[in-house]
Amino acid sequence: MSTFVLLTITGLGLGAMYFLVASGLSLIYGLMGVLNFAHGALITVGAYAAWWSGDQIGGSAWQRLLLGGLLGIVAGAVVAGLIELVLIRPLYRRPVEQVLVTVGLALAIGALVQGIWGADPKVFPVPAWMIETTTVFGASIPNDRFVEIGVAVAVLVGLTAFLRYTRFGLVIRAGVENRAMVAALGIDVRRAFTIVFALGGALAALAGVLSGVYFGVVDPGRGTSLLIFAFIVVVIGGFGSIGGSAVAAVAVGLIQQYANYYASSGTGDLAVVLLLAAVLLVRPAGLAPKVAH
Amino acid sequence: MRRSASIVVPVVVLLLLAIVPKLSLDIPVVLNGPLDSPGTLQVLALCLLFAGIALTYDLLFGFTGLLSFGHALYVAVGVYVTAIALTRWEWGLWPTLAFVVAVGIALPFVLGAVSLRVGGIAFAMVTLAFAQAGNVLVQKNPYGWTGGEEGTGLNYDEIPDAFVGVLNTKNLYWLALGYAVLVFVVVRFLVGSSAGHVLRAVRENEPRVEVIGLNPYWFKLIAFVVAAFLAVLGGIVWLLLIGGATPEVTTANFTLALLVMVVLGGAGTRYGAMIGGFLYTLLDQRLGALAGSTRVQDLPDVLRVPLSEPLFLLGSLFILLVFFVPGGLASLPARLRGIRTRREPLPEEAAA
Repeated sequence: MSTFVLLTITGLGLGAMYFLVASGLSLIYGLMGVLNFAHGALITVGAYAAWWSGDQIGGSAWQRLLLGGLLGIVAGAVVAGLIELVLIRPLYRRPVEQVLVTVGLALAIGALVQGIWGADPKVFPVPAWMIETTTVFGASIPNDRFVEIGVAVAVLVGLTAFLRYTRFGLVIRAGVENRAMVAALGIDVRRAFTIVFALGGALAALAGVLSGVYFGVVDPGRGTSLLIFAFIVVVIGGFGSIGGSAVAAVAVGLIQQYANYYASSGTGDLAVVLLLAAVLLVRPAGLAPKVAH
Repeated sequence: MRRSASIVVPVVVLLLLAIVPKLSLDIPVVLNGPLDSPGTLQVLALCLLFAGIALTYDLLFGFTGLLSFGHALYVAVGVYVTAIALTRWEWGLWPTLAFVVAVGIALPFVLGAVSLRVGGIAFAMVTLAFAQAGNVLVQKNPYGWTGGEEGTGLNYDEIPDAFVGVLNTKNLYWLALGYAVLVFVVVRFLVGSSAGHVLRAVRENEPRVEVIGLNPYWFKLIAFVVAAFLAVLGGIVWLLLIGGATPEVTTANFTLALLVMVVLGGAGTRYGAMIGGFLYTLLDQRLGALAGSTRVQDLPDVLRVPLSEPLFLLGSLFILLVFFVPGGLASLPARLRGIRTRREPLPEEAAA
């Protein structure tokens, strides 16, 4: 029983990171039709910016994590916003070229990070409290799992409220459903593009920071490995659906943990792939229809 | 006149490539040794091999319009299954090749049949997921076959002597050249056949193909299986060239590199993918050497760090190309012609 609880909460913690990456990807694809391969690079940028600025700031692990993490998120948002303004916007109406540019960015940014800080993992500032455990139903759970889950739930609630109750949210939801119509009504959709890109970048960077806490280290390959599972989550959840992404992220995180423990290590990744194949064959559009909600 | 030129030029290029191992020319900057030195031949053989593999990817992406993110899987099958059968199971050469060929047809047939049930981005994701499963399998190192992170070496006992040893690099070079030619001929044949016309029609307008009464599914599956099978053969050649298997070949980044090669050269054009594959590999190899050179190492950090990462340079170059040369390198001659003809009606400009 205690093992099961530990697996479940760890799976939810992993799912929380997948959700943070997938929700940004999903919104960007839903609104702009761009499959953002540079999203993995944004994860890496966020994690390294947090680690580096934390190192510069110094002080206690909490101080370094919180301030560094905040700067990491800002860095992710700024880099993503710049990518949209400088590289994606000029290629408006050329979706294939947009995807290709993000592929080039993914390669270039990943290589640059590796060039500057080396291929070796860097130790992330993790406060001692995060590693201590809390007993839940007889299982000792490291505290960082609760932080990851809490952050993801907060983001889910915040994002849903943003989409539902703000004017920008309304424009984004309308844009996902029918971009041409929104533009025809005289609303500048392109501003929504930049905002969604920056938002996605911030969420990806946040996922990068949390992954630093979860694994205790950051390395240049972190973004790519998280990105592939986020892709799977987005496809299973349905493009453009935040709720779908949340459900799929939880499912993927849990299946991975259970299969890795109860079958054998590595089976989890295979099980996720099988899940994806099964979902696509039964419901090619993913679990949720393409609506941002 | 045009037609004969379109045959003569490639034949001349082919003949020149074929006699490269007999020439001891020095090409400074581009290559760091005479053409007939084993090191240079190895680099050129890799370039030719990737010219071929890139073209197999272009058969899917450029000619049929299928964006696959899992093509690496099939190259990996060629590399790993051959290496495992020869080294771990200690099979003979011919049983191994027969087995790899069988796997190389059956696996893409099954996986293609499943993934082609969806289209567009979903297809890209399913192929990515299958390739990722391959990557996981290799990393997991079942029964110690794949060697996990380390990869596996190659048992040379069963390999014909002509392909073993540094002195025989020229034979490997010819093998790679033969592979590139084989891929080119097969792809030309397929694209030129009536099935190839349907493939291009699928790329341009799939619903219309269905309305005409053809089932695009089977044509796409043919393209998928042929492309994957040719990639498997490329994997075998690669294994012989580098003498071992490493997990890099199973990664998503490997497929992305193929995509970059194809777009670099020009997707869906006759020679574009091959030019792209050749140049990308050459740049990748030479930029690595450039990074290690003292001239770069002495630069200040701001310049040294980006210059010592070949992937950074290739990624940036790729972005510039997408922006400024959308049709790839293959479109350059037409572009330059276009500039010339546009300039011609303005003689007064030259006078002024």
